[in-house]
Amino acid sequence: MSEPGGRACSSPLVGGAAEPTLMEISAPGRRAWSLPTLDVPERDLGLPESATHRPELPEVAERDLVAHFTRLAQRNFAVDLGSYPLGSCTMKYNPKVCDWAAEHPAFRNLHPDTPATLSQGALAVLVETEEILCTLTGMTRATFQPAAGAAGELTGLLVMRAYHDSRGRHPSTVLIPDSAHGTNPASVTLAGYRVRHLPSDSRGMVDLDALRAAIDDDVAGLMLTNPNTLGLFETDIVEMARLVHAVDGLVYYDGANLNAILGVARPGDMGFDIVHSNLHKTFATPHGGGGPGSGPVAVVERLVEFLPGPLATLVDGGYDWVMPRRSIGRVHGNHGNFLVVLRALTYMRALGGAGLRHVAERSVLNARYLQSLLPEEYALAYPAPCMHEFVVSVAGLKRATGVRAMDVAKALLDHGFHAPTVYFPLVVEEALMIEPTETESPETVEALAAAFAAIGAQAVADPEAVQSAPHTTPISRPDDALAARHPVLTWTTPTLDPGDLP
Amino acid sequence: MDFTPHTDADVARMLGALGLAESADLFRHLPAGVALAHELALPVPMAELDVMRHIDELGARNTAGLCCFAGGGIYDHFLPPVVRSLTLRPEFVTSYTPYQAEVAQGVLQALFEYQSMVAALMGLPVANASLYDGPTSGLEAVNIAVAHTGRHIVWLSRGVRPHTRQIVGTFARARGLEVVEHPLVDGRTSWTDGPEPAAVVFSQPNHLGIIEDYDAAVTAAHGRAALAIVEADPMLLGVLRRPGDAGCDIAFAEGQPLGNPMSFGGPVLGMFAVASGLLRRVPGRLVGETLDRDGRKAYTLTLRTREQDIRRDKAASNICTNQTLNAIAAAVHLAWLGPDGLAEAGRQSVQKAHHLADLLCTIPGVALAHGAAFAREFAITLPADPVDVIAAMAQRGYLAGIPLGDDHPDLPNGLLVAVTEKRTAADMTGYAASLAEVLHDV
Repeated sequence: MSEPGGRACSSPLVGGAAEPTLMEISAPGRRAWSLPTLDVPERDLGLPESATHRPELPEVAERDLVAHFTRLAQRNFAVDLGSYPLGSCTMKYNPKVCDWAAEHPAFRNLHPDTPATLSQGALAVLVETEEILCTLTGMTRATFQPAAGAAGELTGLLVMRAYHDSRGRHPSTVLIPDSAHGTNPASVTLAGYRVRHLPSDSRGMVDLDALRAAIDDDVAGLMLTNPNTLGLFETDIVEMARLVHAVDGLVYYDGANLNAILGVARPGDMGFDIVHSNLHKTFATPHGGGGPGSGPVAVVERLVEFLPGPLATLVDGGYDWVMPRRSIGRVHGNHGNFLVVLRALTYMRALGGAGLRHVAERSVLNARYLQSLLPEEYALAYPAPCMHEFVVSVAGLKRATGVRAMDVAKALLDHGFHAPTVYFPLVVEEALMIEPTETESPETVEALAAAFAAIGAQAVADPEAVQSAPHTTPISRPDDALAARHPVLTWTTPTLDPGDLP
Repeated sequence: MDFTPHTDADVARMLGALGLAESADLFRHLPAGVALAHELALPVPMAELDVMRHIDELGARNTAGLCCFAGGGIYDHFLPPVVRSLTLRPEFVTSYTPYQAEVAQGVLQALFEYQSMVAALMGLPVANASLYDGPTSGLEAVNIAVAHTGRHIVWLSRGVRPHTRQIVGTFARARGLEVVEHPLVDGRTSWTDGPEPAAVVFSQPNHLGIIEDYDAAVTAAHGRAALAIVEADPMLLGVLRRPGDAGCDIAFAEGQPLGNPMSFGGPVLGMFAVASGLLRRVPGRLVGETLDRDGRKAYTLTLRTREQDIRRDKAASNICTNQTLNAIAAAVHLAWLGPDGLAEAGRQSVQKAHHLADLLCTIPGVALAHGAAFAREFAITLPADPVDVIAAMAQRGYLAGIPLGDDHPDLPNGLLVAVTEKRTAADMTGYAASLAEVLHDV
């Protein structure tokens, strides 16, 4: 348990003990808050269900509160500090003008139940963003209610279910490649479907024969990321979509990797029916340490009537909320993560059509260039031209030196870079998934390649040094097994001590 | 303006190193018919100043600065500047989910402290690191109950926020769950008997602002071996009984009032806390304390075998990205308030709500819709269509409230009015005077 009080609010950022918790710097009677004096006559209301306990919240001065969170911030890496080549996450630079937009008082202080006639600007933001998103993806309409990618997947799958229901069909299976993100199968189950996995072939793409064999009347649809999680463009996509459509299935596009094809190719032209986008990846809205995101779902014409609603829509020269005729219903408490959409619109308008195509070109260029610079111990899992990211296997390095993908990732932290994604996709042994993004300069890409090379060389010369990395971060590797064995999830739980270490 | 650093010379050099002549060569392997043959009809690029002017123009189309008496989960509380200045630190804003704990201790510890404070607020031992919003958290709570009990019936009070009820309905239809709604009698839930449910779900206070009977709801649940699930108002947890103290198994809340502006309803956050026996079913991220290799205290994401990236189609929830930055904002605000500030904000909101209710009930034709005790929000009935009244009140500078007729057919002219500590006596006098004028005119 963190003992309340008694700790000074000052400590070293690196090398010392952990930052004290707010509870440890709390002192009874200390305060940061102030509120105006109650300016109406107070009376005894005799309300039922009055509080019986005082919540044990910390009591801190504002000065200490600020010092505490500022020191916490300094114990955290971020895109604003340097390159963050975390595959599949598209950790590009987040322009500050978009932050400015999200702080705009005309939007920030707007209540979601403000009538449409009094919030025309907010509805215009949704409509304008929807138009750009639909143009980029080749879809007809979109909902912004899903708060993140996974919420978008679930929404898209419920739209798929509503479509089949409307045709009196009840297929039960959704096909997913074995290289898919974990949210895909989880969303499929939550939508009441069963998952059938499709194997990858020797090219790292969906095995077309396996798909043909899996297609039957029980198939509700196919979920696919394209480029896939190996960073490869699924070149058989048109045929795959045709096969699924032949049994009246729908084809779902997971937009995790949309960055690679902006203005270059469109899911709609490939045969996709439902597309979710991650505004927090492709459209530069920041990840906030794990949200807020935004996962809008766009669909082709014949699915529009099933979208969640209401949708901001142009009606008689003004914007109004319109419920799609056979809507699946509501999937968010309000209008989704609206300020995230506003950030994305700011980004889209700054870039325009030409800039958005540049995103695809430069992200693929940086990925190809980085891949070309890596030494041979970082072997491409599937040797083919990559798109915006690529996956290498360090299985050879592991056999030769004992150094694993996780060790390489941790060592990279000491070189001033964030780690790539590790051990994903599951189909690649000792995988490192690397996505430099378009906002890194060639010099940064070259420095990243040099860091990988240095780690590779060190793995041979002194494997233990790599296996014990990182050495220069605020903490060394945490004991995850201990955390799971003795869950300490709040500061009122007895704390751990070094005697608990194996 | 595209924010990429590459000069033409950089591009030429990099393409040359790859043996390519032009950028289009990067996409030559895309099949014919898939690669676009034409430019898309998209807006032209804009300089930053032009984009800012455009956003300003869009903003100007909203009616700004209305004095807000609307609530329904999203409230206009005072947000101290310290919340924004700490929450907008770029290390928090521009980092990813803290998978690499060695370089993410800041976000991890902030979330650990958020979890600790939410648990203290709810009076329950475990809280997660946030969900999307209040209503979708209600769905996650129902999912836990269904998995925990193996039953497929859910009892839902008609006093639960309409959006929460709608979302539960959306997913219940897809998953074959049966939702049984229990009616309100004079504004409070009347729990009638029926087939055994997985969960009994209610709001405290409910959507009409009325304080529900905790014991009645918890007994209805536990008497049938169901889970008691409550949607709480976090700003009132310094003045009202905590869900855990009342015996609830799961508490969730729309967390917006803590640390987050109204934001047209998003991004906000879902607060989520459970009794200890439900720990392994909690959706979303959990941060735990541990030790690093050098024996120092450290924080890390934990109990990850619950999550989608490991459990895949067996996962209890698909949630991945959540609302971390909003949770950090809530943590800063909660620490700024402390136990006494939270109680004072709640006390003032409740006192002011009753003051305004008294003022409004002196207007001819206006009455409280119910006799039951309310907290900081209340329903009134008007002698006119609330939609027209809201429009007329907006011209006088007030967002008067939320019409109730769509969700409560028994209150066709009902208006839901919310008051926070931020509203002054003068705001309320002005509101009442304007409402009297408006009703006189219609």
